[in-house]
This record gives sequence, C-alpha cells and structure tokens, in this order.
Amino acid sequence: MIRIEDLVFAYPHGPFRLSIPDVTIEDGEKVAFIGPSGSGKTTLLHLLAGIEVPGSGTVTTAGCEVSSMSDAERRDFRVQHVGLVFQVFELLSYLDMLDNILLPYRINSSLALTPEVVDRAKALAERVGMADKLGRYVDRLSQGERQRVAICRALLPQPRVLMADEPTGNLDPANKDRVLEMLVQQADEAGATLVTVTHEHDVLGRFDRTIDFATFHETVGAAP
Amino acid sequence: MKNAFYMASRYMRRHKGKTAILIASIAMIVFLPLGLQTVVDQTTSELEARARSTPLLVGRKGSPLELALSSLYFAAKPVEPLAMADVDRIRDTGFALPIPLHVRYRAREQPIVGTSLEYFDFRALRVADGRQMATLGECVVGASAAEALEVGPGDAVTSSPTDVFNLAGAYPLKMRVVGVLARSHSPDDDAVFVDMKTAWVIEGIGHGHDDVSKPEMAGQLLKRDGNKITASAQVREYQEITAKQAESFHFHGDPATFPVTAVLAVPNDAKSQALLRGRYLGKDERDQIIEPVAVMDELVTTVVKVRSYVTAAVVLLGISTLLMMTLVFALSIRLRRREMETMTKIGCSRGTIASLLGCEIGVVLAAGVAIAIGLTTAAHAWGPALLREVLL
Repeated sequence: MIRIEDLVFAYPHGPFRLSIPDVTIEDGEKVAFIGPSGSGKTTLLHLLAGIEVPGSGTVTTAGCEVSSMSDAERRDFRVQHVGLVFQVFELLSYLDMLDNILLPYRINSSLALTPEVVDRAKALAERVGMADKLGRYVDRLSQGERQRVAICRALLPQPRVLMADEPTGNLDPANKDRVLEMLVQQADEAGATLVTVTHEHDVLGRFDRTIDFATFHETVGAAP
Repeated sequence: MKNAFYMASRYMRRHKGKTAILIASIAMIVFLPLGLQTVVDQTTSELEARARSTPLLVGRKGSPLELALSSLYFAAKPVEPLAMADVDRIRDTGFALPIPLHVRYRAREQPIVGTSLEYFDFRALRVADGRQMATLGECVVGASAAEALEVGPGDAVTSSPTDVFNLAGAYPLKMRVVGVLARSHSPDDDAVFVDMKTAWVIEGIGHGHDDVSKPEMAGQLLKRDGNKITASAQVREYQEITAKQAESFHFHGDPATFPVTAVLAVPNDAKSQALLRGRYLGKDERDQIIEPVAVMDELVTTVVKVRSYVTAAVVLLGISTLLMMTLVFALSIRLRRREMETMTKIGCSRGTIASLLGCEIGVVLAAGVAIAIGLTTAAHAWGPALLREVLL
C-alpha cells in the first residue's frame, strides 16, 4: 500500500511548494496522476520512491515509511521494491539491451546478479517480443523498443511498485498504446502497484483511478 | 568491484577510439622520460665501460672522438690510417703492448676488424663455438654478428665491396668462419674478426692468382723482364683463400708501410703509460695518443646534457597532456551527468558511481603505464643499439 499523509515539500531555492494532505493507493491498484507540466508530478514520484524527502509529513511506499529512512536505506529500498520508468527511457548507450535490463543488479550490491536473474531478464525480453535483440546496443533500437527495454529494467528486480514518469510522452500514437498496454499487463502479471504521472488525458482509460494533481499544487512557479 | 570493472570495460569497448587515445597519451607521458632515461643511462654506461677498459689509443692526428669511436665501437666513419711501422714504434719503446686495429671494411652491416690474437686476450673474448682463427682467410665472428649474418663455424662471410663502380677498389673476399665468440655485451659482439694480413688482402695490398711461372700459363704472359712479369687480364685473381690457393697469396710493398687504423696500447704500468704519452707530445708529431675515457666523458657529458633538455621538454609536454586529459575526463563526466542521475534514481550510491568512474580512469592509467613499461623494456633491449647507431 502507498500512503501519503500531510506531506509538504519545497525545493530549497524557488517558490514551488507541494502539499498533499492524504492519498492512499491500494496494493495492485493502477493509478494515474494527471496534471499540467510543472505541477510537481515528477517530484511526487521522487517522493514516493525516496529520491526526495518531504519537509514534513510521511510517505509510505509498499508498506515502508520511506520518509524516515536514511539515504542508504532508501537507495536499497528503491532498487529492491520500486521499478522506475522514465519519459526519455534513460538507457545507457554503451550497454547492450541485456546489460541495460540488468543495470540495477550492477549498481547496487543489495541485489545479487545470479544466473537466475539473467534468465529472468531474458524471459522478460521475450515477453516484450525482443528476445532476438538482447545483444544490440540501445541506440540501434526504435523509440518504442527502447521504452520496452526500460520497462524490462524496471520489472527485473520484481518490484512491488512500478512508477512511470510520462512513459508515453516521447512515443508516437501506435507505440504509445503498445507501451501503455505492456506496462499495465506487466504490472498485472507481476502483481505490482502501478503509479503513473501523465499530462495526456487520452491514456487515462487504462487506469483504475485518476488523481488530478491540480488539487495538490499550491503555488506559482515552475517545478524542476 | 567486479561490476564496476564490467561497466568500465563496456564503456571503454563502446568508446574504443577515445579510450585508445587516452591510453596512448598516458603511455607516451610515462614512457618518454622513462625510456629516454633508460636508453641514455644504459648507453652512456656501455660507452664509459668500453672506454674505461681501453687505456690508450694511438692514431693519426685528427679528431680524438673519431679515433675513439672507430677503435672502440668500430664506427663506420673511417679514420686516416697509421702504418705498421707505428706499431713497431710502440713496441720498441717497451712501455706497452701494441695491438693493431684495422677497421675499414664491412660484411653487410657488420664491421670487419683486422687485429692480432692479443686483442682477444686483452678483451677476454672467448670462442664459444669452433676455434680461434689461425691462417689467412679465416675469421671468427661475434655472437650478434653470427646471428645477423646467419653463420657459424664452417660457413663463409664475404666482405662488402667499398664501391662497386670503382674498379681499383677493394674486391669482396670470401672468408671462412672458424669460430663464434661468446657474447661479451660489447661492440665486439657485432664484429667479424680477421688477422691483419687478411684485412690487407681485403684492402687489395695482398692478393692471390694463377701461378704465372708455370709453363702452361706461358700463353697469358705479356712481358717478362727478369723477375718482373706482366700477365694478361685472363689470369684469374682469387676471391677466396682456400688451403690450395693460400700459398699463391702474397703482398706487394714494404710491410712496415701497410695500414692500421689505430693501435691499442696496453701499458705495462702507470709510469709506462705516462712515458708513452710523453712520446707523442712533440710539435712535429704526426700521431696522437688518447685516453679513451677522457674523450668519451666529453661525449657522455654532451649526451646527458641533451637528455636533460629533452626530459625537461617532455615533462612540460606531459604536464600539458595531463591537463588536457583531466579536461577530457571532466567533460566526459559532465556529458554523462544524466546517466549518473539515472543510476542515482534507480538506487546507485555516489560511492558506487565514483568507483565506476574510478575504474575507467584506473584501467586507462593502468593500461597506459603497462604499455609504457613494455616500451621501456623494449627500449632497454634495443634502445642502446639504436642510440649507438645515431651517435656512431
């Protein structure tokens, strides 16, 4: 379960201020936060994932209160329990597709890279229809293929929460549908909670619930 | 750490060109001063050792350095020759043992050194394979010369003609190799040693041909005036000294005038050395006597001075290259900022990111240093020979 209580967050320099009194997302639920650019959607995901820490209030993700964890605890929590999908994929161009999927296991020692993990990565690639491109560098993949690789990377550690930041923002309509469907389907298969932030209203039909971000965005100015 | 190395290796593999340039730069920065120092130190120490082991050299007046280079290191540049009478002059003083040297000809790239058997005792040269030269036309070769000419006992070595277009010049002489010397790690390793008479045959002072006194050669005689016989060009001149032809070889002229390029004088003691040097101080003296160690000291001082300048230049170049490389690394890290932010978001610590970058830099540095060490080792093995080529 994800729960936010009396959250207040502000960046040290700037007028932006995010205030969320109470939000609860049940396990396995698929929720979309909708809001305009600069409203703090990405900041919210960072708070849920423990990348940022609130000024006050509590953030509980997958049953753990991340807002009270230390830096190292939050990193380990994130890599083990949170799968992140970014708008611009954020794949590493010098790694091939398989190594990109395995990345979380290479950058945090709390995850052990075993032959079983590699098999699981290959199985994920197969599930998204890219088993034949495992050795290919990611800059030789199409935009849609890259996002599928990013989804595989997020799913590999079998996270309890999948967080996607504008996952279809850089895709053409055909790829947008396909990636969104895949995201929902993979979250279902993994039994993970799916939290997405988006400003695209046409994709909201695929989610169990939509939360309008405008109600939390208190003040003027652009969010980072 | 294993994963950091893996990621670093992937990054470098993907950016081969950039990595290769960085590694090559590091290798050059480390190798240039290190290799230069190694080569110069080794060469100067070899030069000094050879000079120190040679007490006195006598030659025609001229450049003392050229006399030393020709007599100690068998440099290709010839010096004006002395005569055998000058060897006898030293012997007659009783102050030193004179060892004649004749260094004018080559067998391919290897110097042919005409000398006496005393030279081998003086330099403590030992025959490792075969035997010592004993008769006209025989030679013993240094260990490196044997390798370069691909010869051993029983094979033959031919002297190179000095000028193929000069009909009056020295003709090639085929010589039998009877022994290969043990390696001495000195210029003697590169030489082909013959006795003085064989050297003179190469020079054309001595020669062998068909016996024109035989009745069957009558048809080839143009003129006979007592002992003086003029033969036609059909008479065969030998280009090899075999046991059968050896007796026909003879020399024309006064042996006292036959050339030697230098005399290595081994004085009996310090007093004899001083007295012998005194004999060459006269104003009208045509010859010079030198102490090789003093002459080579000057050369070594010059080489060391040049090395200091070059090293200073290389160090400055190295500093500027290092600064450039630091800039390259800094720019590279800046370009990869997003990548690092992504890794941080996924769950990577700053320490892990530092270790990833540290591995890349470490591998580049280690590879550069390893190549520099390899190059320095190669320079240690072959550099002195190259520098000797340049100096001599």
